[in-house]
Amino acid sequence: MELANLSVLLVWGAATALAVALVAFAVDLSRLSGAKVDARDATRSRDKVAVGAGGPVDASADAPADAPAAAAGPVNRRLAGVGMSVTWLAAALLLIAIVLRGIAAGRTPWANMYEFALVGTFVAVAVFAGVNTRRDVRFLGAFVTGISVLFLVLAQQQFFVAATGVQPALQKYWLVIHVGVAICATGIFTVAFVTSVLQLLRDGRDNGSVMLGSRHWGWLDHTLTPSALESLSFRLNSVAFVLWTFTLIGGAIWAEDAWGRYWGWDPKEVWTFIPWVVYAAYLHARTTRGWSGTRAAWFVVAGYACVLFNFTGVNLIFNGKHSYSGL
Amino acid sequence: MAGRTSKDGTYVPEGIADEFTQGEPAQGASAQRAPSSGDKEQRPNRPAAPTLGLVGTLRWMWRQLTSMRVALMLLMLLAVAAVPGSVLPQRNQDAAAVIEYLADHPTAGEWLDRAGFFDVYTSVWFSAIYILLFVSLIGCILPRSMAHYRALRGRPPRVPSRFNRFPAKAFATTDASPEEVADAIATRLRGKISWLPTFRVDRGEEPARGARGASGRSEPASTGPERPPGQPSATVSAERGYLRETGNLVFHLALVGLLVSVATGQLLHYRGQAIVTEGRGFANAVVDYDTFEKGAWFRPESLVPFSMTLDRFVSEFASDTVAFAQARDFTAHVTVTEPSGEQRPEIVKVNHPLVVDGAKIYLQGNGFAPDITVRDAEGEVAFSGRVTFIPQDTMYTSRGVVKVPDVAPGLDQIGLVGYFLPTAEVEPDGSARSAFPQPVDPLLVLEVYTGDLGLDEGAPQNVYELDTASLTPAVEESGERVKVLARPGETVDLPDGLGTLTLGEELPRYVALDLRHDPSLGFVLAFSLLALGGLTVSLFTPRRRVWARAYVAQDGATVVEVAGLARGDDAGLQAEVDRALAAVPGAVERPEEADVSAEASAAARRQAREPRVETGSEED
Repeated sequence: MELANLSVLLVWGAATALAVALVAFAVDLSRLSGAKVDARDATRSRDKVAVGAGGPVDASADAPADAPAAAAGPVNRRLAGVGMSVTWLAAALLLIAIVLRGIAAGRTPWANMYEFALVGTFVAVAVFAGVNTRRDVRFLGAFVTGISVLFLVLAQQQFFVAATGVQPALQKYWLVIHVGVAICATGIFTVAFVTSVLQLLRDGRDNGSVMLGSRHWGWLDHTLTPSALESLSFRLNSVAFVLWTFTLIGGAIWAEDAWGRYWGWDPKEVWTFIPWVVYAAYLHARTTRGWSGTRAAWFVVAGYACVLFNFTGVNLIFNGKHSYSGL
Repeated sequence: MAGRTSKDGTYVPEGIADEFTQGEPAQGASAQRAPSSGDKEQRPNRPAAPTLGLVGTLRWMWRQLTSMRVALMLLMLLAVAAVPGSVLPQRNQDAAAVIEYLADHPTAGEWLDRAGFFDVYTSVWFSAIYILLFVSLIGCILPRSMAHYRALRGRPPRVPSRFNRFPAKAFATTDASPEEVADAIATRLRGKISWLPTFRVDRGEEPARGARGASGRSEPASTGPERPPGQPSATVSAERGYLRETGNLVFHLALVGLLVSVATGQLLHYRGQAIVTEGRGFANAVVDYDTFEKGAWFRPESLVPFSMTLDRFVSEFASDTVAFAQARDFTAHVTVTEPSGEQRPEIVKVNHPLVVDGAKIYLQGNGFAPDITVRDAEGEVAFSGRVTFIPQDTMYTSRGVVKVPDVAPGLDQIGLVGYFLPTAEVEPDGSARSAFPQPVDPLLVLEVYTGDLGLDEGAPQNVYELDTASLTPAVEESGERVKVLARPGETVDLPDGLGTLTLGEELPRYVALDLRHDPSLGFVLAFSLLALGGLTVSLFTPRRRVWARAYVAQDGATVVEVAGLARGDDAGLQAEVDRALAAVPGAVERPEEADVSAEASAAARRQAREPRVETGSEED
């Protein structure tokens, strides 16, 4: 029991660390917004004049590449660095919390909704931090840490169950594989979702959206271009999609042994199938003339909504074969 | 045929945008992008003709069906159509819930029922969507497979005349001869595994350049190194990523295979449920099952006539406070007797079905089936046997029914209905419930009814329900129903002198077994894994083309140029080009050229957005 309590404390610690990281990342973004002297902004103000004069909207996407990138000098991004360090700390705390939870329960620590939320959050944070070691995606930080804090607090407040063993239907190595892979997929989908939302916002700003054109959204100019965001989102989504496909197949293999059929349109199965189809549609949309880019990004948003509903709604609303362990 | 076949033989379905992206100069560009003639082909569904005719209309419809846009629409429709099946109760999962829903919502329920909303996944509209989707898939994939089969035997595209427009490139000089350079690059590109080369590589030679080509070099900034006239060059053209399309096709074809196997399994399968108590058995025959369902192509011969006896059933429950009474383990110890007479002990557990002669036996439920003996008023045994009590909660408060029709002539038939409590807790008000699933303090609590059980009329009855409508309950003088309580080994009197009831000393357990045979399982698994493999290969295999040219420059050194082109966004392209260049013996990279190339590639990207006009070759 002491280990279990320690695990809970560590989760609160991780949530606190993520909240600190969230503040650091947010302040960093607002600083970026303030740094307004930028080739892009120069182009934009020119456009605004043109619009005001009733002229045609000139797409600003082709800002002259030879303009100085930041005439006002580099923005101080130390806070983003602080945010990254605290994010790593949070990931470490969460990992220890998960391991302790597993030891306390004497089994794999992802057998109920609470544990699923912990591990899923850990994967999202770890994927974000991992991608950041290869390229600068600190602009994602505020959103990934924000969602993670939300998940962790929600898990502690609403989904918490005491650490204990599981009933016979869950006692199989497939619990490790099937649920573990599903959690990884969910975590990666989360980061990809954030990337796609940024892509949509940036795209809206670049295309002269009135709301997104304001100074408050200036930080969007310091993210990647819409096409770079699209390509990052696609890479994450394709990894997660393969994992999700494996979740479906692994689940079917397990269901064949546990329930005597590999597929029975149980609510959880339906809501695993639906995001799979939506993400499959996304992959098709990317290569369909007229549907790539912004439209494809909306599929990611829809797909992630389905993933979230699969995780929350199906467990809480429907009564299916996946309704184990209270939550 | 739907879609179009581009000039290099690759089939491209309607509406797909999947070419090598960045501008491919010279010959390659004209073939791939086909700007002027291609535009018309890309939009064939323009309201082109009032005179389509029947064949034309059919062709138009087929093109539409196999287009990417329609596939996209069908996919989204499929996702939406799957939703109601999770919201509304479904007959094949919970028929009782459907009946309840229909009773609660008489009007809406009836209309929903007519539209198939309680059998969503077998409904006409759901089936129509996925069948259309699969027709679209086949119509798209088959021509693509044939085109890919041809492409697999093709060679990489010829070396373009100029490399300056490519998104990735590298230049170097070396002392080695052009032939050595080209051979080294070709070897590196082929990779280490001889039977599975990374790149498909063509080594070539180019004749000396003519004066006309040399004059084309006069463009500023965008030119490569100066190539003197009169010098032949050694070339390498290479392409990798054929597996990407292979994986894509394998994935889609595997989905077709999956659908066919699932459908075949539905036609051939059978499934039977049987309740077996300890010490008893059942034989694998249709008549021995309590319920039996089968596919349309099922034949009784596919039931292998083995038999099985339940020797012992063991259950374990948690007794700690955190997870009090949570199930921890269920194990059924059985003896299987093969048709040959051979016997062997086996174990069936949750999650671990027993496989006998290709049929899987699942442990789906368990409970108590106590021995109950009822003697009538004259002392004759009117009923004796094991009665299955079905657990109603996690503490195994179990409900059961005893029907005693065989009383002596002239007496009323007796019906008993009530609960078996493994660990009885009797409240002061007389109500009782079970407090733990194991038989710590077992108690049988029954209400007694008399009258005509209605069994003699031959109408089928549910053995787990007692229709008390035409029966008289036994009541106390206070008007309360009489409750007969019996503990194991006890014999108690039934009220109103009806006779006695004896609960056996032993408390036999029963298991609910589910036996299933589906010959398609292996195929379903194989096609699923094939789809997974194909998907992985198609998503993560980069498609790249790399070209190299080496020639002796005026200063006597050998100049090496390498360029790369990818399909879609490809972060690893430059690294691939650099690796190829690194294979050149004694190479000295020329950074000034790299700078030039970086700027040139930016220029190329800008140009790529504009319609390409220049497609002619300078060399021919």
